Amino acid sequence: MNLFVVAPVIVPLFSAAVLLLLRHSQGAQRVLATLSTVASVVVAAVLMAQVSSGGIQVVQFGGWTAPFGISFVADHLSAVMVLIASVMALASAVYALRDIDPERERSGFHPLFQVLLVGINGAFLTGDLFNLYVWFEVLLISSFVLLTLGGRRAQLEGGIKYVSVNLLSSMLFLAAIGLLYGLTGTLNMADLAVELRHQDPGLVTTIAMLFMVAFGIKAAVFPLFFWLPASYHTPPIAISAFFAGMLTKVGVYALMRVFTLLFTGDVGYTHTILLWVGAFTMVSGVLTAAAQSDVRKILSFHIISQIGYMIMGLALYTPLALAGAVFYLIHNIVAKANLFLIAGIARRLTGSFDLGRIGGLFKAAPFLSALFLIAALGLAGIPPLSGFWAKLLVVLAALEAGVWWIAAVALGVGLLTLFSMTKIWQYAYWKPAPDDAPVGAAPSRLFYAPVVGLAALTVLLGLWSTPLIGVADAAAAELLDPSRYVGAVLGPEAAASLRAVLEASLGGDQ
Amino acid sequence: MEVPFAVMVGVLFASGLYLMMQRNLMRFVFGLLVLSGSVNVLIFTAGRLTRGAAPVIPAGLSTPAGEVANALPQAVVLTAIVIGFGLIVFTLVLLLRVYERLGTVKTDELGDALVRLDDEDEV
Repeated sequence: MNLFVVAPVIVPLFSAAVLLLLRHSQGAQRVLATLSTVASVVVAAVLMAQVSSGGIQVVQFGGWTAPFGISFVADHLSAVMVLIASVMALASAVYALRDIDPERERSGFHPLFQVLLVGINGAFLTGDLFNLYVWFEVLLISSFVLLTLGGRRAQLEGGIKYVSVNLLSSMLFLAAIGLLYGLTGTLNMADLAVELRHQDPGLVTTIAMLFMVAFGIKAAVFPLFFWLPASYHTPPIAISAFFAGMLTKVGVYALMRVFTLLFTGDVGYTHTILLWVGAFTMVSGVLTAAAQSDVRKILSFHIISQIGYMIMGLALYTPLALAGAVFYLIHNIVAKANLFLIAGIARRLTGSFDLGRIGGLFKAAPFLSALFLIAALGLAGIPPLSGFWAKLLVVLAALEAGVWWIAAVALGVGLLTLFSMTKIWQYAYWKPAPDDAPVGAAPSRLFYAPVVGLAALTVLLGLWSTPLIGVADAAAAELLDPSRYVGAVLGPEAAASLRAVLEASLGGDQ
Repeated sequence: MEVPFAVMVGVLFASGLYLMMQRNLMRFVFGLLVLSGSVNVLIFTAGRLTRGAAPVIPAGLSTPAGEVANALPQAVVLTAIVIGFGLIVFTLVLLLRVYERLGTVKTDELGDALVRLDDEDEV
């Protein structure tokens, strides 16, 4: 049994338990919470190295062989998502040391944040569909509390929308699991991948659409995204940034998982819908962002817009497109969370998030301005930053697949993203502060540590993109050949039978 | 045996969704309860229904004698009930806090109440 496959769940779970016991000692809580995220990064890095050298890693819980027990499966996609989730948790945890007030710490911020990481890592690693539901609920309930912790009116109002829409999505997800179980008699994803090829394609596609809606709500795609900009700007920035970076991406991951492993029987139907969803998500996100004046709201709408690119990569369903989608995921998580963190520092310097009320940041804080430019231009896709490669890969994939219109949409939205970022630059950094601007205070230097780290990562992924492109390629190859996942979980026999079925259906098409 | 259950799931699902579309958030929570119950019945029915045959293996055998009820959906439903219970309780407490702080649980009045009352510092 490979301990490192379960360690990304065990480490934060264990620290959450200890943090609860330490709830009266904030000093100890802070030290342990930071150490725990550092340990998470270490075990996630080891898991990534193992997957890179040794292929897909599998753990069967309790020694029950699949499909009877619950499996944890780490392929390239899972491993890289776990790694980036742990890195973002570390960045947010360090930022939170100064950002989260003692009142919220007493109410259990630290253990809740660890449980959120438990749920996210569990969702990335599990190989069982019902278990995926359980991890989703673990991360949802902790995100509910983190979002409303503090009980400000805006938080409660945003929380109602976030909670109600996400609960509806969970119910649809659970209903879809029930129907899938009724159809196949199994919940193990590898086993389902084999079984679903022998089922009535019409019924399978119907259930696939239920999954698309359930995960589409969680990933905030068009037209199911309205809960996100209504709630993400309300909690403290350390929490907002982690939500903005990671939470919707768990939904994107789930979409990528089920629409490559399970529901590929009618790609012409399901993935065409995904392509249109991706296009509308990109366009509607970026256009609504233009109408906002609160920095956090602008950034929230951009989360939605950027998710469109990932859905587009998944929908094109070619090796290059999926590799582009994986690269885009990682790049976007880093750049987006960093923009939130930078907005938080700017808010402390100027006293407001409202673009109309602030200004003069370029003069007051040239270093912060440089960091903002790196993250913002990275998000918009300016070379040599990471966003350039991400956009290049998905656009090239679209041209290669001959879907020129989506390539045009992607490039146009990229231009509008740049416009939106220059708007923030123009108002918050370049123009002088208005006379009636609120007063800010110099923020602690510790705020800069995670921001500099993430900005360095954006530059590094741009200048030295080969390793991540390698991982993204390997992840795409695994996603496009489900028999490798099935072989790792169920053994070579099941993989061979799946391969035979897939080849037969390919032969039938020609 | 499955058909009446399937119809019941459909009726409960529809009633739950209808309640969730009401303006009063209390009704939304009731809708959520009904929906969550109907999904549990759905999973239970999806495992096929067998009457009067508990999934117990007689002493001395390693497999059940004859056809028995499917135990897996029951385990799944039990987990889902516990999770659903936690979510509903959280939602109720959230609603209570909303009512205390904003003075209403009607969706169309929440935004106005927020604008009218919000003079809190943002950090």
